[in-house]
Amino acid sequence: MTRFRGLVGRDLKLALRQGSDATVAVMFFVLVVVLFPFGIGPEPNILARIAAGVIWVAALLASLLSLERLFQTDFEDGSLDLMALGGLPLELVVLAKATAHWLVTGVPLLVAAPVLAVLLGMNRDGFGTLELTLLLGTPSLSLTGSIGAALTLGARRGGVLISLLILPLFIPVLIFGAAAIDSALAGLSARPHLLILGALLAAALPLASVASAAALRQALEQ
Amino acid sequence: MTEFAGSRLTCLRGERLVFVGLDFRLAAGEALVLTGPNASGKSSLLRLMALLSCPWRGEITWDGAPVAEDPDRHRARLRYVGHLDAIKPVLTAEENLGFWAALHRNAGPERQARQALERFGLERLAAVPARYFSAGQKRRLNLARLLLAPAPLWLLDEPTVGLDQAAVTRLGEVLAGHRAAGGMVVAATHTDLPLPGARHLHLDGFAPAPPDRGPGPDRGPGHEETWS
Repeated sequence: MTRFRGLVGRDLKLALRQGSDATVAVMFFVLVVVLFPFGIGPEPNILARIAAGVIWVAALLASLLSLERLFQTDFEDGSLDLMALGGLPLELVVLAKATAHWLVTGVPLLVAAPVLAVLLGMNRDGFGTLELTLLLGTPSLSLTGSIGAALTLGARRGGVLISLLILPLFIPVLIFGAAAIDSALAGLSARPHLLILGALLAAALPLASVASAAALRQALEQ
Repeated sequence: MTEFAGSRLTCLRGERLVFVGLDFRLAAGEALVLTGPNASGKSSLLRLMALLSCPWRGEITWDGAPVAEDPDRHRARLRYVGHLDAIKPVLTAEENLGFWAALHRNAGPERQARQALERFGLERLAAVPARYFSAGQKRRLNLARLLLAPAPLWLLDEPTVGLDQAAVTRLGEVLAGHRAAGGMVVAATHTDLPLPGARHLHLDGFAPAPPDRGPGPDRGPGHEETWS
């Protein structure tokens, strides 16, 4: 557990000192959402209607942005070799790195989302659900994304490849995330959708770590 | 007596056979120096020994037991210093080492990191971010990882590249201390290493025969099946 925390702490320290990943993800998130009123026109009803979907699609894209570098730098400088030898199982290495990725890129989205919801004129009833869906959904994105990041290690133009591999896998999270907010806005219970989001996260925890670790072993063999 | 050995090892990388029918044996306190031209498989052999990759044929054993049966145990008894430095430029020397010390389940990682830095003459640079380090200083920082936690087997890939004479002497002292305590060293190199009494293994001798001519008569055992 100490070693797990040590790895998360190191990744956070690296992200803080380099300082780009967190700000880039959240700036991208804000910019994508802000583009919609320009494209669709400042019609408050339409914007309020599509707000949930827009925010969620932007969140998917923002968390995808820095996934390419999740394992890439450690792979290139040999750190991943040493982690594989370090005694902490690679599955836990994956979990630790996905946790750090979520803390760096997912949590800022949670902070920015209500502001954007106001911007798009979303009804205030949906705010709580919006935060809850992001809280349950964005960790799934980091975990699922780690599979793509591990599979494309060593590939040229890996970033594009990750998008193609991973975006389809993000669809369930998108559907239930947006649907939960819509139900809350329509005065229905968001609970079933939230439960499914929770189930997706619970499934992603073991599946993504095992799949990513297998892909990492493959990459290290080369 | 601890013994680390490999028999009839064949390494396949991509579509290319790197070496065929290679044997080695190493007892406690001994050192093995791997020599050979570029691409003769020195680094590949070290990665096989570290279980970072698997041999295509053959077996590596520790005290007679195949290491592949209990990979975690084997990983715990080795330290690997590859030609990649695994140093994060934004972290200080001490933070870099402290992270690896903590990963090796070390009590007091900061203290261990400090001592390791001292042994390689880097104590004055402990608080300096590694991006300001020269190539030789990075190499010394990388070698300092060896001292974070005791392990019987050290695998070094060209450890003296970029080191000045004083640093090579220091490395020699560290290696001698490790061997005196019953440790083993396997090092790949193109230059002379401070490893007195080391055995030498020339990887030239295990290069596969070109497929059109068939296996040569002077190869080690196990090569016959290579092209089948």
